[in-house]
Amino acid sequence: MKSVKNIQKITKAMKMVAASKLRAIQTKAENSRGLWQPFTALLGDLPSADVKKNVVVTISSDKGLCGGINSTSVKISKGLHKLNSGPEKETKYVILGEKAKAQLVRDSKKDIELIITELQKNPLNYTQVSVLADEILKNVEYDALRIVFNKFHSVVSFVPTVSTVLSPEIVEREAESGGKLGDLDSYEVEGGETKGEILQNLAEFQFSCVMFNAVLENACSEQGARMSAMDSSSRNAGDMLDRLTLTYNRSP
Amino acid sequence: MTPRPATPSAIPSKLTVNFVLPYASELSAKEVDMVIVPATTGQMGVLPGHVPTIAELKPGILSVHEGNDVTKYFLSSGFALIHANSVADIIAVEAVPVDRLDPALVQKGLADFTQKLGSATTDLEKAEAQIGVDVHSAMNSAITG
Repeated sequence: MKSVKNIQKITKAMKMVAASKLRAIQTKAENSRGLWQPFTALLGDLPSADVKKNVVVTISSDKGLCGGINSTSVKISKGLHKLNSGPEKETKYVILGEKAKAQLVRDSKKDIELIITELQKNPLNYTQVSVLADEILKNVEYDALRIVFNKFHSVVSFVPTVSTVLSPEIVEREAESGGKLGDLDSYEVEGGETKGEILQNLAEFQFSCVMFNAVLENACSEQGARMSAMDSSSRNAGDMLDRLTLTYNRSP
Repeated sequence: MTPRPATPSAIPSKLTVNFVLPYASELSAKEVDMVIVPATTGQMGVLPGHVPTIAELKPGILSVHEGNDVTKYFLSSGFALIHANSVADIIAVEAVPVDRLDPALVQKGLADFTQKLGSATTDLEKAEAQIGVDVHSAMNSAITG
């Protein structure tokens, strides 16, 4: 009984810690939401783009005890992999966070390009994420980058989301075939040697901005999920304690 | 994300500006008369009805003109996207209002980086020092200009 009471104390404390961490990160995440919107207004988000080289960037947490959010991210990543496999098409993984690494290494070891952990050792900032984005862009060949993360809607609701960033060549291709990106050609491009150079810079900048927002949202979702997981375990511990106390008092 | 307004047939009277940074949305759907952005090709003025443009930005001053008020920010770099519906998106990595720049530190930084540029050996060092010189000289002209 004593151990159950101790567990209850620990989970209650973890819930409080998660709540305070959440408060700190939440404002940052909400402020960063404006960052990717101009890119989406210009280039749109085309998850249905059919490309040869897909890269799935899965964002997860390093620590556990946060409920089911990491499993949902991994499930979606695996789903994307299946959706995009076929002749001449390949999907590679880039993994951020220990929890996704543990799950994906088991069956998709050969498809993993890059694994990055201990992301949250220092508080998240844009410089760190842009260096990360740089590494990924340098080392991985891609036509489309699909970033899988949990979007933070409220303390009890986190929605797994996929953000798609297309490489400049694919953007050109989609622009030519009309549809949403059709009027990209009507944009004058200032500066640089060629239009392609500017579009390349734009795509890289878009990737780092989308990553920054994704990492922050996932961190918020992690804290929120941990809060509710700890809350339910405190409640379970309380119930168990009551039942044990009754049994203890009943027996002679 | 709130959907963007459609392209009107007549030129609107005001420009709608969204100025975003990684850690904050500095201006969000603000109606102004004109903005001047520091594009790599030079200072570019944007009025309502401007042709759609994608411009890469270099370190310099962004000025927002609203009636008789002018607000100036120093940007590190970024992109400016101008859409057909007179909405301008300016995305910068770092921006500060010009009155927050300390002239003494700017001079010191400029001197430091010029020295590093002189003594740089590898291409990487040269590139980093060059960037430092560019940013600091832009800040210098921002304060004095």
